[in-house]
Amino acid sequence: MSARVLDSYAESVADVADGSTVLVGGFGMAGMPVELIDALIDQGAKDLVIVSNNAGNGDTGLAALLAAKRVRKVICSFPRQSDSWVFDGLYRAGEIELEVVPQGNLAERMRAAGAGIGAFFCPTGVGTPLTEGKEIREIDGRAYALEYPIKGDVALIKAHTADRMGNLVYRRTARNFGPVMATAARTVIAQVGHVVEVGGLDPETVVTPSIYVDRVVCPGAQEA
Amino acid sequence: MSTPASTGTAPRGKHTLAAAIARDVPDGAYANLGIGQPTLVSDHLRPGSGVVLHTENGMLNFGPAAVEDEVDEELINAGKIPVTELPGAAYFHHADSFAMMRGGHLDVCVLGAFQVSANGDLANWHTGAPDAIPAVGGAMDLAIGAEQVWVMMTLFAKDGSPKVVPACTYPLTGLACVDRVYTDLATFEITASRGRADGALLVRDLSGTTLSALSDRLEVPVVLA
Repeated sequence: MSARVLDSYAESVADVADGSTVLVGGFGMAGMPVELIDALIDQGAKDLVIVSNNAGNGDTGLAALLAAKRVRKVICSFPRQSDSWVFDGLYRAGEIELEVVPQGNLAERMRAAGAGIGAFFCPTGVGTPLTEGKEIREIDGRAYALEYPIKGDVALIKAHTADRMGNLVYRRTARNFGPVMATAARTVIAQVGHVVEVGGLDPETVVTPSIYVDRVVCPGAQEA
Repeated sequence: MSTPASTGTAPRGKHTLAAAIARDVPDGAYANLGIGQPTLVSDHLRPGSGVVLHTENGMLNFGPAAVEDEVDEELINAGKIPVTELPGAAYFHHADSFAMMRGGHLDVCVLGAFQVSANGDLANWHTGAPDAIPAVGGAMDLAIGAEQVWVMMTLFAKDGSPKVVPACTYPLTGLACVDRVYTDLATFEITASRGRADGALLVRDLSGTTLSALSDRLEVPVVLA
């Protein structure tokens, strides 16, 4: 089924359930779906597991979702930053769980989820605290750790332009986790800056094909 | 190693060190410069060297830091610094970006470190302090992924303890992954993976010190390259 094009962020996240695992795109502010996160805060879903590269910056976006006590656990590669005081406070107070995952493993575990891979052996982190307790196998003389997929109930991502089927193109380094997260969640919601008619994107340049995308959100773009 | 073992009169400051590293990056290499001091290496790459810089958030061939109206929040490097785009640049998603590392396509990466062991173990992500919030980013992926892993750091910590050690005491980033360590006082080649029986580090570019002074302060064997 092609994507639904919506002009309301609130409507796009209305059915996110308590306890959901939510994949949130972005690296710093680049590709961060701020309006979707704000809508999720208003929507009120709680007990969430958030998968994202960072654990919120400043007081807006993911940090605001954390501050609203809606998040049970964060799975990310780099929570600690100069402006991650919201997460830092919750973590030190024991009010949030943290799973630190090397950045490439975070991406690859979601890629595996989206590609139907049951698990994979990866050399990253072998011999470090982040693979403690994981199965280690030697393959061709090199040690690998067994890594399992990370699958989302929902992905919130940001792209530059969508067509009305849900094909997406991104802009510059705002692409980051978007294409991988789009494959790895049951419901994929993309906020975009522009919506064009079907046929308006060069098929050779589509980065995320419409098959992965459930909802496209762009104020003013809802179909008549 | 193209530069002969030489003796400088003073310890190398970070810019001198960055210039020394830049001279060793092969022309045309695909390279990743870690967050912090390693980014200084890009200031010293020879114009026309053809070195292509990779940033793990999904770009090849980025240029200098963006200034004024060049600043674009959707064009940043792994340190989240706005950068610029050079002709021949390419964008890609995170899974592809890290596949480039693990797949052995990246020629060189330069990383900072807390400690490097004589056999090339790297510790650069966590001090192990009980109240520290762990954060790893792409450090572990880079450490095991790039064909050549070079470390840029001071040889001694602020408390005077050596950072080239028999075995790391900080939590590890990667096992036996470092090939070369550039420091203010000397450059070290890790030989463990090259079958040198005594595991001694090959030293060159002594700067403001001597081999015997280094031997006295380090707990790992060192020999002149």
